[in-house]
Amino acid sequence: MSAENKVSEAAAGSASIAECRRDFPALTQKVHGHPLVYLDSAASAQQPAYVIEAISQYQQHDHANVHRGVHTLSHRATEAYEGARDSVTEFINAGNRKEVIFTSGTTESINLVAQSFCRPVLQPGDKILITHLEHHSNIVPWQLICEQTGAKLLVAPINDSGEVELESLLGQLDAQVKLLAIAHVSNALGTILPVRKIIAEAHNRNIPVLVDGAQAVPHMPVDVQALDCDFYAFSGHKMFGPTGIGILYGKESHLEAMPPYQGGGDMILEVRFDGTTYNDLPYKFEAGTPNISGAVGLGAAVRYLQSVGMQTVADYEHELLEYMTDRLAAVDDIRLLGTADDKAGVQSFLLGDIHPHDLGTILDHQGVAIRTGHHCAMPVMQHYGVVGTARASLGLYNDHADIDRLITALHQVREIFGT
Amino acid sequence: MNSTSTQTEDLRDLYRELILDHARSPRHFGKLPNVTHMAEGINPLCGDKLKMYIQIDTAGRICDAAFEGSGCAISVASASLLTDTIIGLPVKNALEYFSAVVRSLTGDTTVHADNGLDLGKLKALEGVKEYPSRVKCATLAWHALNSAIQQNDQPVSTE
Repeated sequence: MSAENKVSEAAAGSASIAECRRDFPALTQKVHGHPLVYLDSAASAQQPAYVIEAISQYQQHDHANVHRGVHTLSHRATEAYEGARDSVTEFINAGNRKEVIFTSGTTESINLVAQSFCRPVLQPGDKILITHLEHHSNIVPWQLICEQTGAKLLVAPINDSGEVELESLLGQLDAQVKLLAIAHVSNALGTILPVRKIIAEAHNRNIPVLVDGAQAVPHMPVDVQALDCDFYAFSGHKMFGPTGIGILYGKESHLEAMPPYQGGGDMILEVRFDGTTYNDLPYKFEAGTPNISGAVGLGAAVRYLQSVGMQTVADYEHELLEYMTDRLAAVDDIRLLGTADDKAGVQSFLLGDIHPHDLGTILDHQGVAIRTGHHCAMPVMQHYGVVGTARASLGLYNDHADIDRLITALHQVREIFGT
Repeated sequence: MNSTSTQTEDLRDLYRELILDHARSPRHFGKLPNVTHMAEGINPLCGDKLKMYIQIDTAGRICDAAFEGSGCAISVASASLLTDTIIGLPVKNALEYFSAVVRSLTGDTTVHADNGLDLGKLKALEGVKEYPSRVKCATLAWHALNSAIQQNDQPVSTE
């Protein structure tokens, strides 16, 4: 019996979203004598016991290499690994399992597209278009590819609410643009981009679109076929799974036409010194022994999220974000950064002229974990003329009491700094 | 309520009045008219950035010092306290303070032997010892000072 089957026998988690906090062992601890309030899920989310147990089960009973042996454990490992791919395929509504590639995370997924989809075709004078609110992982791979090919990187501007200026973006979509790469949700500002509309407009001009979905997948239903995106990248550890595993979804027609990203074992059908035949999809893009336990954990995270229901998660977090934003806005001397109409799970802010790191340390001392700094989105910080921000980000396990603790802790910051 | 006030006390050890005062009103902030030695300290992950300017006279004495840049309360206060401390000192003594501060905050006795120096008001920085992720904030200015004296061209980092 595979790990996949064994863990499926147990319920994935709590029936109600209000109770799901108790599914996460890490959230039961105290930090500096206070019950932990974890408001840093946009950096990395905690894992439910269901995921931890699925990985442990796999490690204890089923580990072997995949796609290789005839023995029982190898068969179980292969089943668990491929079962996780099936879970992800269903979760994002990919057309079929060949379109779901395991990578080490969003960063590798984007680099794969840059190197295998873009590099072979880019000519000097061609363009890649991104937006000003991208995470560094959706900026730097394109800078590299532009250096390598002589193509140009263009950036669509954002306004002061942190929304992409759509007219400007669409205006830049000309025949030289070979790819549009955009976030689904901004990690620093929480802005939800109207990706469906943008993709339709890009496709009208025959421009393929990659969506960085790292901050969207844990918070809302994502249907890659409904979006009609060409590529969709996301990470396991932002969606309550382990680190070191992620997904690249790509349309089969693109993936078929692309050369392999890396060479090695598992991505070949036949190796001869006079020429090697590459394996079929999705294995063509999975060279070497993969992160099997990571995939098992990601598959479990998907089933956990499915048991809660992504629309339920989205509705719950939407209400919670509104509560957090209202309470933060009422704090004296606070400046909210990222005030778009359509947002998910994130609020960046500054308190008076207190440096975000000081704020983060004082909050941590009260058991409240937030992220401080540039959030791997330095151009966003440059847009607002700040070196960094404090950022509180939500996961399905947060509740009103967490927000109240954040606000109390912020008052403590003001008291210590005497503002 | 008790636990809250204890927590506040702990934090007060880090954010002592002296630290907050130097963070709010940093001393010797700005450029120097006659700089003989200069170095940059940058912690890219943090975003803390400062430039340390010193003027060393022919007798090998630091006759003036200043800094500019941006950073958290700890890094700004540390730079401010540094300038207050070293102005008027022979270079050799300033380097002894560098060693003593770094040793005191990082516990690194291999590079910086105990020179028996009394840190005086610089002891206010010792609150960071309880906050491992913030030690680099307090030591940045000191490494920049050392770098300026050694006339290293590359910016220093404590990350």
